[in-house]
Amino acid sequence: MLHFERWKIALIVLLCVAGFAYSAPNFVPRASLEGVPSWLPNQQINLGLDLRGGSYMLLEVDTSSLIQDRLQSLVNDVRAALRSKRVLYTGLGIRNSEVTVRITQPGDIEKAREAIEGVGTTLTGNVFSALPERDIAVSVDGQSIKVMLTEPAIIARTQSAVQQSIEIVRRRIDELGTTEPVIQQQGTSRILVQVPGLGDPQRLKELLGQTAKMNFRLVSNAMSGEQAVATRTVPTGTEILFTAEEPHTPVLVERRIMVGGDRLVDAQPAFDQQTGAPVVNFRFDSTGARQFGEVTRNSVGRPFAIVLDDKVISAPVIREPIMGGSGQISGNFTVQAANDLSILLRAGALPAPLNVLEERTVGPGLGADSIRAGEVAAVIGSLAVVIFMIASYGFFGVLAVAALVINMAMIFAVLSVLQATLTLPGIAGIVLTVGMAVDANVLIYERIREEIAAGKGPVQAIETGYNKALSSILDANITTLISAAILFQMGSGPVRGFAVTLGIGIITSVFTAYTVNRLMLSVWIRRWRPKTIYL
Amino acid sequence: MRHLKLISDDTHIPFVRFRQIAVAFSLLVIAASIALFFARGLNFGIDFKGGIMIEIATDGPADITQLRATLGDLGFGEVQIQEFGQADDVLIRIPSPAEGGEAASQEVVNQVRAALGDLVAEYRRVEVVGPQVSGELVRNGTIAVVLAMVLMLIYIWFRFEWQFSLGAIISLVHDVFATIGILCILQIEFNLQMIAAILTIVGYSMNDTVIVYDRVRENLRKYKKMDLAELIDLSINQTLSRTVITSGTTLLALLALFVFGGEVLRGFTFAMIFGILIGTYSSIFIAAPVILAVGVSRDWSGTNSGKTAEGKAGAKA
Repeated sequence: MLHFERWKIALIVLLCVAGFAYSAPNFVPRASLEGVPSWLPNQQINLGLDLRGGSYMLLEVDTSSLIQDRLQSLVNDVRAALRSKRVLYTGLGIRNSEVTVRITQPGDIEKAREAIEGVGTTLTGNVFSALPERDIAVSVDGQSIKVMLTEPAIIARTQSAVQQSIEIVRRRIDELGTTEPVIQQQGTSRILVQVPGLGDPQRLKELLGQTAKMNFRLVSNAMSGEQAVATRTVPTGTEILFTAEEPHTPVLVERRIMVGGDRLVDAQPAFDQQTGAPVVNFRFDSTGARQFGEVTRNSVGRPFAIVLDDKVISAPVIREPIMGGSGQISGNFTVQAANDLSILLRAGALPAPLNVLEERTVGPGLGADSIRAGEVAAVIGSLAVVIFMIASYGFFGVLAVAALVINMAMIFAVLSVLQATLTLPGIAGIVLTVGMAVDANVLIYERIREEIAAGKGPVQAIETGYNKALSSILDANITTLISAAILFQMGSGPVRGFAVTLGIGIITSVFTAYTVNRLMLSVWIRRWRPKTIYL
Repeated sequence: MRHLKLISDDTHIPFVRFRQIAVAFSLLVIAASIALFFARGLNFGIDFKGGIMIEIATDGPADITQLRATLGDLGFGEVQIQEFGQADDVLIRIPSPAEGGEAASQEVVNQVRAALGDLVAEYRRVEVVGPQVSGELVRNGTIAVVLAMVLMLIYIWFRFEWQFSLGAIISLVHDVFATIGILCILQIEFNLQMIAAILTIVGYSMNDTVIVYDRVRENLRKYKKMDLAELIDLSINQTLSRTVITSGTTLLALLALFVFGGEVLRGFTFAMIFGILIGTYSSIFIAAPVILAVGVSRDWSGTNSGKTAEGKAGAKA
C-alpha cells in the first residue's frame, strides 16, 4: 500500500497542482483575470442568484388563450367561407373549445362541410406524413357542424408559441443590459428565466408581464365612451376599452384594426420638441406606412386610439395625414415608462400572455451578506476541524489537514472548471464536506491505532490500516453520493447547488484522504524510517 | 504532547444490553413524531404550500406593529410578519390568493410594494410560488427522499445481507421520523432546503451504520464462534472512537454554519445537526441490535449456522 510507482506519484502530484492552479482565479479580483491568457486557468466559480442577487422566474405560456385566439380566428374564417358559398347558417360560435355552427338547409351540409374543411391551415414540420395534415377536424352531427383543433395542431401551436416567446423574452431582457441572462425552455410550455445582478427586478417583471400586442384603431364617433357605459349599449363593430393611466376612463373604439403592431420596425424613447415631455417615436414598415397614411388621410379630425394589450395608451386627434410612416406616442409618460414602452414595441408582441408560476428574487444586499456569512462560517468551521484533528492525531493530524487543504483546492477547481453554480446551500455543502472529509482519515488512523495496539510495526500497521479501512470508506461515501445524486436530479436552484458541492466534495475527499494522504505517509516513512508511530 | 482522546482505545461498553431501553425510546419517538405530524403538522414554507414571502430591510429597527397595520388593511388573509435575525430585517409571509391563480399573486406583490412604500429601505428577497409549482415541489421532494432510501437499501443489500439491509432501513426511517418530529415541535419552516437536509441525514446515518456493519461483518469472519451479541458489542466499541470523532468534526462544521452562516441557512443547519446526532445514536442503538434480533446467517463462514447465533443471542437476552 505504501509503494507508489513513479508515474502514479507524478499523476497525484499533477492533480494536486492542477487543483491549486484552477482554484487560484477565485482568490483574485475578477477584473485582474482579463489579461490572463486563455491557456492558463482563468475561470471563476459561477455564483448562484442567491449569492450574487438576481431574479429567477418560471413562466408559462398561457396555452388556453393561445387556443382561444385560434378558435376565434376559426370562427371568422368559417363565417367568411360559408358566406362565400352562400350557405345559410345560425349559431356560429365557440362552445367547449370547439367551433360549432348550425346549417339551416339540410341540402347545404355537404357543401358547407367542404367549405369549412378548407379553412384550416396545414401543419408544417411533419415530413413523414404523405398527405399534408390539417390543423382542424370537422365533424357533422345532424345539421350542426363542429370544428375542433387536432391534438398535433395544439402541440405544434404551443411549441411554436414557446419558441417565439423565448425569442421575445430574450430581446426584452437583452434591452435591460444585464450580463449572462439564462432563458430556456422547460417542459412543454414553460420558460425558465434567470437574470443575475438586477438592480430593479420589479422592472423585469413588468417587462415580461405584458403581452405588448399593439394596434391602432379609430375611436368610434357613434357616441362617447362614457355614454356607452352609461347606456350600456355597444354599437356593432365597436368595443369599450379603458385608458391605461389613472383615472381609467372608457373609450369607445372600433374593433377594426387599422394598423397592427407587427408593422412596427422601430421604436425609440425621445422628448417632445415643444413640451419636453418623454414620448416614444415609432416607424412602420412600408405596408404599415401605407395603411397608416390611408387612415390618417381619410379620418382627419377624428381621434385615433393607440391600443396596447387592450388598454388605450393615448387617443390623439388626427390633425393632418401622416404619410412618412413614422409617428409619435405621447401619453404622459415618465422617462422610464417611455423607455420600457419602446423596448416592448421593438421586441414585439408575445404570442400569448406569460404567467409567472414561480418567482425568486434576491436583492444584491442579501446576496453579499450571504457570501460574507458563508465565508465566516467556512473559515471558523474549518479552523475548528483543523484544531480538533491536530489535537487528536498530532503529526498525523497535520497530514490530514494538509490533505484537507488540497481537498478544498480541488473542490474549488472542479467547480470553476465545470462552471458549476455555487449557491448558499452549496457553501453549506462545502462546510459539511470539511467536517465529513476527515472521516476517511479518521477511519484509517483508528485502524492504524488498532494495528499498533496489536503489536505491529509502523510500516505494517499503516499498510494494514489502509487495507482494512478501504471497504468502509467506499461504502460510507457511496451512500452519501447516492443522496447527492438524487438531490441533484430532483432538486432545483439553490438546493441543486448543495448537491453539486456535496457530490464533488465526496469524490475529492476520498482521493485526498485515501491517496494523497497515503503518498505523504509513504514519503515520510521512506525518509525518516520511524521505529515507532505515536498516534 | 498527549493526543486528545475522547474515547479511550479500549472501551467495553455493553451497548447491546441497552437495546430494550433504546428500542422502547425510539418507538416512543417515532410514535410521538407521527402524532405530532398529524396533530400539529409541519410548518410548511411557501415552497410546498404556495404563497408569497418577502424579506425587507428597514432603516433602523422595524416597526412590526405599523407593518402589520399597513398590510392588514389590504385584506390578504393571514399575513405573518416576523423579525428575521436582526431588528431591521423583517420577513413577511402572505398566503396565495384563493382565486385568480398565478397572476393574482403578482398583483398582491405589487399592492404590497405600493402599500409599504417608504417603510422599506431594501427588498432583500421576494419569492412567489404558485399552487402549480408548489404541488410539483411536494411531489419531487417526496420522491427524492423515498428514492434515496430505496437506493440505499438496494446498495446495502448488494454489499451485505438482507438482515443488514433491514437494520439500515429501520434506522433510516427512524432518523427521518425523528427529524420530522423535532421540526413539528419547533415549527421550523419546512422548505426545499429541508429536503436537502433530510437527504443528507439519510446519507450520513447510512454512512455511520455502514461503518459499524462493516466491522460486524469483518468480526463475523474473524471470530467464527463468538456470541453474536458479544460480537456486535465488540464491533461498536471498536468503531466508537471513529464514530465520535467524525460526528464531532461534522458537528463542529455545522455549528459554525449554524452560528455564523446567516439566518437563511439556520433551519437547514439545525435539522442537520439534529440529524447527525440522531443518526449516530441510531446506528449504535438501533441498526446493530436489529441484526441481533433477526439473526444473521453465518453459513458462509463455515462453522456456525444462523439459527444457533440467533438462539444464543436470544438466550443471553
